[in-house]
Amino acid sequence: MHWFSAKRTIKLGVKSLWMHRLRSTLTMLGMVFGVCSVIAMLAIGEGASREAQEAIARLGSTNLIIETVKPPNEQANSSKANTMRKYGLTYADAESIRNTIPSVQVIVPVREIDQEARYLNRKVPIKLIGTIPWYTEVSPVRLIRGRFLSSVDLQYQLAVCVIEDQVARKLFAFDDPLGMDVRIYGNYYRVVGIVARLTTGQTADSFASEIAAVNGNGGGGVIGNVYIPLTTARKRFTEVKVSFGGGSENIEKVELQKIVVKVDSTEQVLPMRNILNTLLGRIHDKQDYNIVVPLELLRQAARTKQIFSIVLGSIAAISLLVGGIGIMNIMLATVSERTREIGIRRALGARKWDIIVQFLSETLLLTLAGGVLGIILGALIPFLVTYFGHMPTVITPSSLILAFGISAVVGITFGIYPAYRAANMDPIESLRHE
Amino acid sequence: MAVVHIEKLCKTYQLGPVQLPALRDVDLEIEQGQYIAIMGPSGSGKSTLLNLLGCLDRPTSGRYWLGGKDVSTLDDNHLSLIRGKRIGFIFQSYNLIGQLNVIENIKLPMSYQGFSEERSIERAGKLATMVGLGNRFKHRPRELSGGQQQRVAIARALANDPVIILADEPTGNLDSESGAEILSILDDLHQRGKTLIIVTHDEHIGTRAERTIHLLDGRIERVEYNHRR
Repeated sequence: MHWFSAKRTIKLGVKSLWMHRLRSTLTMLGMVFGVCSVIAMLAIGEGASREAQEAIARLGSTNLIIETVKPPNEQANSSKANTMRKYGLTYADAESIRNTIPSVQVIVPVREIDQEARYLNRKVPIKLIGTIPWYTEVSPVRLIRGRFLSSVDLQYQLAVCVIEDQVARKLFAFDDPLGMDVRIYGNYYRVVGIVARLTTGQTADSFASEIAAVNGNGGGGVIGNVYIPLTTARKRFTEVKVSFGGGSENIEKVELQKIVVKVDSTEQVLPMRNILNTLLGRIHDKQDYNIVVPLELLRQAARTKQIFSIVLGSIAAISLLVGGIGIMNIMLATVSERTREIGIRRALGARKWDIIVQFLSETLLLTLAGGVLGIILGALIPFLVTYFGHMPTVITPSSLILAFGISAVVGITFGIYPAYRAANMDPIESLRHE
Repeated sequence: MAVVHIEKLCKTYQLGPVQLPALRDVDLEIEQGQYIAIMGPSGSGKSTLLNLLGCLDRPTSGRYWLGGKDVSTLDDNHLSLIRGKRIGFIFQSYNLIGQLNVIENIKLPMSYQGFSEERSIERAGKLATMVGLGNRFKHRPRELSGGQQQRVAIARALANDPVIILADEPTGNLDSESGAEILSILDDLHQRGKTLIIVTHDEHIGTRAERTIHLLDGRIERVEYNHRR
């Protein structure tokens, strides 16, 4: 086909679609909504999954996080009032992991205490984190000013602290926090550094908020973290916690809330989990710990995303099928309405192929125009969802290409039969048709 | 050689178990530049003969040479090509395409022969002017009178400079005045050396033609020669 005959075919197609504006528009709508839903759904799905994946990735894909969990209440234990329950991770655990597993690159014990930080007459609820200088290697904190905890701080149990920027803002407002003293539980700590935690933006789904909880972000009204040397925390804060509930006094003793273990590469993560399980299983007689593997969460997220994509893809495919059938229906009606025109064209020298090209190009124009409108609308919807629904959405270029490709395929698939019908009409019969 | 050469042309329609012969052993020879009228009562085989002459249909048996080429056994693609190139059709009900304007209608046969847009438009304009529609290029068929529409159809029939022009009751839908105008255009074409074959009921047209072929029951009943002027 020469270029000018292609141009002519397109012009003719546009013209005859324009002749029946309402019909063309209505037919196109099926396509528009189909393509639009594909793009919108993929964008929302991609946004949710990317957010979850980023949240997990921030935990570090080469990290293993061992957390203290409260073991299920044993009957014998709970009946005995005023008995101290001791559970969870201990300094000894951290010590034996370091001593027995050489492939551990970094090991960071973490102690978490809910406290209040005071400065002048201001006070904010914070999470006090007792840890060691290598904390920064396993956790997504970024130093803004000053320094993080040092080994000297640790060795001499110094009363220094590193505060998070949101704590700094609340507590000091316009003052410079560096070098100031913050009062926590009756003791003063000198502020030596300010850090920012790379937080997840909007925790849209439960998955992300679960991750946030693992990050030490949960809990009632806590503004942010304040880091102090682990040794200082051990000396100044008791590990015993007394609470009243169930008609009796509960006394609990927990040494460490977390131990974060970092390995060299992602391949070592899963073997390391087994090693840790074996080791801790030997030391602990209760299941009072839990090993969180971000890498595994990441893989789960990928699997979830895959299922999500399949489901969305099926829905979109069905809506496109419906749109395609609508188009075929209209094109069949158009063909029979234009029987006489087909007869005239055939008499004037049009081959069957010319007729096929004419009708197929009309269908294609219809679906591609529908596809383009659908893409525009489909790109707009995620934008609105993000703006009003505060949910992250990501429109990937591949989804646009996919949607456009699908509309072309639908056009050809559902255009072939009507075009074939048109081409195979008997010219004599068609000329006689009223 | 004759422009149209037909030997023992037969067309039989199969209607279920019944065989309906529409044309039986028709022999016909038409020379370049002749003006032929085909007449006969309805059911005599006029339309069937016209369809066969116009390559819209294939004979059951017999041979048909058009411009020296045997077209009786060609496939659909080649027949389409022959129709576009060698035959110009004029219909009783004009058969213009409503969504196209005068020029676009006239250049339609050229577009199927792969002519460039500029050349087609130029030629269509000349043809439209020739049939007296010089000031109506952009009009749609429904904005034209019957006589004007038939002129567009005549111009369209001439688009590819065909070997024969087939007209099926060209004045059937027209009042006598427009009919006379159309007939004079056809006469004019004849003067210019075009080969015309007209199917008609109208005795007046019959007398304008050089030769009138009368059909009855699928056979040539008689042939009249009119020595006019």
